[in-house]
Amino acid sequence: MNRITIDPVTRLEGHGKIEIFLDPEGEVQNAYFQVPELRGFERFCVGRLAEEMPNLTDRICGVCPEAHHMAATKALDALFHVDPPPAARKLRELFYSIFFATDHTTHFYALSGPDFVMGPDAPKAERNILGVIKKVGMDVAGRVLKMRKDGHDLIAMIGGRRVQPNWGLPGGVSRGITEDERQQILERGKEAVEFARFSLKLFDDVVLGNPAYVEMIQSDGYTHRTYDMGTVDEKNRVNFYDGMIRVKDPEGREAFKYHPKDYLQYVEERVEPWTYLKFPYLKKVGWKGLVDGKDSGVYKATPLSRLNAAEGMATPLAQEEYERMYATLGGKPVHHTLATHWARLVELLYAAERWVELASDPEVASPTVRVLPKAKPDEGIGCVEAPRGTLTHHYWTDERGVVTRVNLVVGTTNNYAPIAMSVKKAAQSLIHKGTVVTEGLLDRVEMAFRAYDPCFGCATHSLPGQMPLEVTVRDARGEVVEHLERA
Amino acid sequence: MTDHAHDHHDHPFEPKIVGFLCNWCSYRAADLAGTARIKYKPNIRVIRLMCSGRVDPAFVLKALARGADGVMVAGCHPGECHYLVQNYKTIRRFQLLKHTLAALGVEDARVRLQWASAAEGQLLADAINDMVEKVRALGPLEWPHKWREGNGLDRLEAEVTAEDARLGPPHREAVPEEVRP
Amino acid sequence: MSAKPKLAWYWAASCGGCDISALAIDDKVLQVAEAFDIVFWPCVMDGKTSDVEATPDGGIAVTLWNGAVRSSEHEHMAKLLRRKSRALVAFGSCAHEGCIPGLANDTTKDAIFAAAYLDSPSTANPRRVLPQPATDVPEGRLSLPAFYETVKTLDQTVPVDAYLPGCPPEAERIWDALQALMSGAPIPTGAVIGAETTVCDECPRTRNEKKIAAIKRTWQVIPDPETCLLEQGLLCAGIATRAGCGARCPGVSSPCLGCYGPNAGVEDFGARFLSGVASVLDADTPEDVDRIIQAGIPDPVGTFYRFSLPGSLLRRAARR
Repeated sequence: MNRITIDPVTRLEGHGKIEIFLDPEGEVQNAYFQVPELRGFERFCVGRLAEEMPNLTDRICGVCPEAHHMAATKALDALFHVDPPPAARKLRELFYSIFFATDHTTHFYALSGPDFVMGPDAPKAERNILGVIKKVGMDVAGRVLKMRKDGHDLIAMIGGRRVQPNWGLPGGVSRGITEDERQQILERGKEAVEFARFSLKLFDDVVLGNPAYVEMIQSDGYTHRTYDMGTVDEKNRVNFYDGMIRVKDPEGREAFKYHPKDYLQYVEERVEPWTYLKFPYLKKVGWKGLVDGKDSGVYKATPLSRLNAAEGMATPLAQEEYERMYATLGGKPVHHTLATHWARLVELLYAAERWVELASDPEVASPTVRVLPKAKPDEGIGCVEAPRGTLTHHYWTDERGVVTRVNLVVGTTNNYAPIAMSVKKAAQSLIHKGTVVTEGLLDRVEMAFRAYDPCFGCATHSLPGQMPLEVTVRDARGEVVEHLERA
Repeated sequence: MTDHAHDHHDHPFEPKIVGFLCNWCSYRAADLAGTARIKYKPNIRVIRLMCSGRVDPAFVLKALARGADGVMVAGCHPGECHYLVQNYKTIRRFQLLKHTLAALGVEDARVRLQWASAAEGQLLADAINDMVEKVRALGPLEWPHKWREGNGLDRLEAEVTAEDARLGPPHREAVPEEVRP
Repeated sequence: MSAKPKLAWYWAASCGGCDISALAIDDKVLQVAEAFDIVFWPCVMDGKTSDVEATPDGGIAVTLWNGAVRSSEHEHMAKLLRRKSRALVAFGSCAHEGCIPGLANDTTKDAIFAAAYLDSPSTANPRRVLPQPATDVPEGRLSLPAFYETVKTLDQTVPVDAYLPGCPPEAERIWDALQALMSGAPIPTGAVIGAETTVCDECPRTRNEKKIAAIKRTWQVIPDPETCLLEQGLLCAGIATRAGCGARCPGVSSPCLGCYGPNAGVEDFGARFLSGVASVLDADTPEDVDRIIQAGIPDPVGTFYRFSLPGSLLRRAARR
């Protein structure tokens, strides 16, 4: 065969297909990761009320609605020129930490975990969360289910619903929490820290304890040397809710550091005709194609990138794990795509510790969680780290607060170029002349994108419109008489 | 691309107007026009209800969605409703509905609220005739055509399908079964 | 060969929230796995489209479909899964009414491509490249699904057996529906699996007389936590929305958005919502009503048809 199709890709959010082309020698000539879906948020949100944006954009993704909800809410603060009261800011970050911990848990155990716990060669029907539960036993599975349940129940307690909360407003949030609720959140937070440590131990045992996986992680087939992007606080430590955006080059030196409102000077997107998703790249470096290296504007914005781009973690246990990870993998920066799973668990621990920190602060249960805006709205940018990458919402409105324009650069979109490159490289390293292409081998190709925890619903918020039309009129001799194009 | 003088099947355009008339005032006005031989255009199809307040906005939308070019809602003058205050609700519903229809791109003249007391046969007839001409000038609405895929897409799809057929079988190939040791 | 009935779980133009909400039934998901042979669930499992194609017609007992239909691929999968399934359930608001992706029916393909590929301030596209249904790359031809001008609901595409409303349906309602499916009891065709009352019945806020003189935007007021939000001038859609969610949004002082769709017997959600609002406005002349509208409802389509535009009677705005 000279063409292999993987359709659809599975255990991620969203739609994708992979087309692998083989040359006559049986080597992989090229592999394309196509994203065949889009919906059009950047256009159909125009004409809507600004305050609806947290509730409209969180339907970009039902796995990470809280990320969009929060970016949108921060954009509304900027749009209406209003600052939330300190209690609201803390409560928002607490909510966000709970979400981050829950989402990372979902990804590790339900989406990518099966590749490690069951293994890529396990029968297809067992390579999923159900297989994982059977294999690890109800004790372990019970902890995972409890973590997700507790996380979602707290998200519902604070924000209204487990999925698609309805909570963010310019100048604050719609409701605060009671002292009683704060205590519950604090107790669950301590359990979350234990769960995160347990997950890191599981990773040690199941993944790092398996030489085949360690080899896979460090193999060249799953390695890309690109720029790394993440949000950092004033001490250059990872922060999910707010901060400056920091970009490091493939050798680990700071290349750029900017305020999110300046994103247009640093990030640019490219269109290809074979996919609906655009490819962002660093504007000041330029687009050189789907290639690695310091001269290529391709960058990653993943948990691993965030850790690479920062100088450390802001909480003690996560900081220990951060140091241990880099010591094990040979220092910073680490460019092994599969190490993203490890970085994700370090972030899970940080999110849980941050959750406990914020829930321990009594101010978070203050009733003053909103101020009313006084200024007329015009333009605003809101940025957070989504679990899958840096998320930017940019709105313009008229005086009444009716949206006139929207621009979004979404978590996974940042990673489209590296995902495409990772899939191609994995395919090239795994498939050669004479290789029997098994279903397990194709799963190893899919593992290359799963590490990014992609969310193609997020990525493809936008929609193309017109179908192009080309008409060539030939006479009876086949000569071109006229050529018409509608672009 | 609407030809205002002809409908989709190339017949000269005669507007189809659906009228929701209340039993106590406007329907009697229509009756009066009839018995007094006051001509009004046959384009209106009248549906009698007990009160203009009975008109659910969904009736108006359904009429438009099913092919009506316009809808008239007629009732008693405010203050004269047989059921006392229901036509005030008609006013409020109608204003909200018009606001929504305008946002959806339905022209203002296609949906009209008309008060007419039982004695105002001439007034109602004039209003009907006026509405018919305004809608005639706008052309057919043919709302179901708005959600049909078209605009070259069918043609392009046919082109792409033909090209695929020329190139050969579709590219889905079965992956061989896993080799067991 | 498994003797368990087969279950498929597919997503079209959706966000994944229905799948995540389903996983919120927690350990009960194991009971589902015991009761069914899950043959296709791309979010969570590794079955491919070819596995569905290989299943005999009618071989799948139930397909739970979430997502709206807005591309030729969705239409193809809808027809495929309809053929292969004995029961097809429209799961969640996108499949039921169109939901948020359905707001694309308020605009056009041309406007959408301009926003994403030509006019986006972060996009550099001097050659005005656009995604194509078929692209020849050096190695071969790559195809993309054709995108429709109009978003459709599942039942505007293929016949549907039942509906589970909500964006997303709450886990408790999902479990109710799954239990009904596991019991094997027949579902009345066309049934909406849900309550037959509105969110108001689930909402604990106190209600008095409604005479609303002004409609407020949510950022203009901090509502009192005990009183009905509609009475305070906020456009809470609870009056027109099917119950089942527990009125969670009013519980955090946010007006209901209407994500569960209309109550039983209502064909057009927006018409019902605006009619209900009209009934309680304190205004008796068109001018008074217009004053209220200008200040409080600048976006009637987004307010009244937030989740339900494709499933409404008019389905879309006229193309402009």
